[in-house]
Amino acid sequence: MGYTTQGAFFKLIQVNVVNSVICLKKDGKMAKEHSLIPKRNLEWLGIILTGVCILLTIALVFALIFMVAKQGLSTFFVDGVSFTDFLFGPVWNPSVTDPATGLPVVGALPMIAGSFAVTLLSTVIAAPLAIGAAIFVVEIAPGFGKKYFQPAIELLVGIPSVVYGLIGLTIIVKFVRDVLPVGGTGYGIFSGSIVLSMMILPTITSLSIDALSSVPQSYRQGALALGSTRWQMISQVVLRAALPALMTSVILGMTRAFGEALAVQMVIGNAAILPTSLFQPASTLTSVLTMGMGNTIFGSLENNVLWSLALLLMIMSLIFIVVIHFIGKKGGLEQSR
Amino acid sequence: METMNHGATIEQRKAQIAKSKRSDKIATGVLTAIVVLISVVLVAIVGYIIVGGLPHLSWDFLTSESESFRAGGGIGPQIFNSFYLLFLTMLVSIPLSLGAAIYLSQYAPQNKVTDFIKTIIETLSSLPSIVVGLFGYLLFVLYFGWGFSILSGAIALTMFNLPIMVRVIQQSLEAVPAYQRDAGLALGLTRWETTLHILIPEALAGIITGIILSAGRVYGEAAALIYTAGQTAPEIDLLNFDLTDPRSAWNVMRPAETLAVHIWKVNSEGVIPDIDVVAAGTAAFLMICVVIFNIAARFIGGRIHKKVTAQ
Repeated sequence: MGYTTQGAFFKLIQVNVVNSVICLKKDGKMAKEHSLIPKRNLEWLGIILTGVCILLTIALVFALIFMVAKQGLSTFFVDGVSFTDFLFGPVWNPSVTDPATGLPVVGALPMIAGSFAVTLLSTVIAAPLAIGAAIFVVEIAPGFGKKYFQPAIELLVGIPSVVYGLIGLTIIVKFVRDVLPVGGTGYGIFSGSIVLSMMILPTITSLSIDALSSVPQSYRQGALALGSTRWQMISQVVLRAALPALMTSVILGMTRAFGEALAVQMVIGNAAILPTSLFQPASTLTSVLTMGMGNTIFGSLENNVLWSLALLLMIMSLIFIVVIHFIGKKGGLEQSR
Repeated sequence: METMNHGATIEQRKAQIAKSKRSDKIATGVLTAIVVLISVVLVAIVGYIIVGGLPHLSWDFLTSESESFRAGGGIGPQIFNSFYLLFLTMLVSIPLSLGAAIYLSQYAPQNKVTDFIKTIIETLSSLPSIVVGLFGYLLFVLYFGWGFSILSGAIALTMFNLPIMVRVIQQSLEAVPAYQRDAGLALGLTRWETTLHILIPEALAGIITGIILSAGRVYGEAAALIYTAGQTAPEIDLLNFDLTDPRSAWNVMRPAETLAVHIWKVNSEGVIPDIDVVAAGTAAFLMICVVIFNIAARFIGGRIHKKVTAQ
């Protein structure tokens, strides 16, 4: 739709331009009158065309937030589940009715704990490696980094998440089950975290490379001129100057880990119980959503409560955005001082 | 010298320097080890997927229908669905993101409203793709009554894709030197004409590279699709151009399972006996496509840059 109308507008512009050129050739006086009006129209055309694109995008985002919130909140306002029972209830079993309240048992704590566990663990694994690799690329071997390592990292960013899930399923789960002396099936938070750390490592690396590259060269020269070694220059000048941007890249990695659905769902074991060990089957907000949405009837409490989980996911990613903005503002202040 | 060393003797000073040099060496060693480790993991992942799946990629596997219960199914419809969805998604998202990026880089005044718009787009990019998919399920599949269809999937993918493309195009447009734009405006061109005839050609290499890279991401996305384009791949007929016929390959209202969804589906709910073979083969094909997208992005971007800048 948008495509064809734009095509028509392009033609309109061409006609306008051609007209004004013809007028110029014929008569200088005429040209002013004729070319001025189309020019003004042209500017409006540009603003309207591009503005519609922006408005459409914003409308979609607002529709998304509104509809997910409405559906997610109906668990509480229509079905009458209490907020605290949902957020802190340790048992998730929508098919069983709680005799005390007469409502299904829908405590989301197991999934909330699972989501936070895999996110934090994968970040702890991936962030130091990613930032280390970024330092190597920017400070130690820029030639090798730019030519070989960075394209390779970009390729890793582009690998579909289901492929990471498949690797987790065929290598990591088997490794945990058969090689590590922990027993169990191999499914669990540990396997999920390893898969996620492989996924977010390239994201954090590539953003950290940008962060380190944007530190002014004069900072490095200043540090080296004072007689510091390369590592002193990196650890005491470059890393400090880039700290806000590095934190942003780590948080963006965490956002990706928190919201990843299928790769985690494939290796975590999908048992909605409060995790007590890293090697036991567990579940995350996204994995329960993925599994449950197709098996419940739309509008029922069992279904509404899944939308509440989606709402929780959405709120968490909004919080991540707010944190990133906060860091950006603080970092900006330090630089201007 | 005396004051600088805070009264340290020459021996102490020397020891300090030696220590600094040692930690410099250790740090370099650790960082190198990290990069070697990541490189090994990268080669292992790509190698494992491609080498492990390549033996299963026969012409028969790539063209035949998938099986629900028996062994020996192929991925023919899934390959078509993936490319068709990618095409439709790009058809919607390229003009939309181009327009949005032009507005943000050329017309948007520097004020709170613009900041707000940028934050909204940033928010969309950080939303989990499963949430975007569920929104698509709610709005397109249920409320609009489109059902599990290619159309629902394409619009959900557009939402997933938009923020990335807007950012890439905006960056490419803003990377054009300011004097180019000023020269256009000084010649009496409108901002719209300057954008169309000066900025976009100049930024084209970056824009195309960004589009191809995001195409690779769209191609491999699954979470946004399982509840919009659906998880079934009905038998399709490529030569049937009746767009209302559910058996026509080109009908946008039919459900369409893509390659990425297929990998997830056979692994999590599949009952076919040859799950390993189908999953490995599909993943290898998907991976090869992603590698091709990456190489193409670099190659085509470079070619266009050369052509436009005459370097």
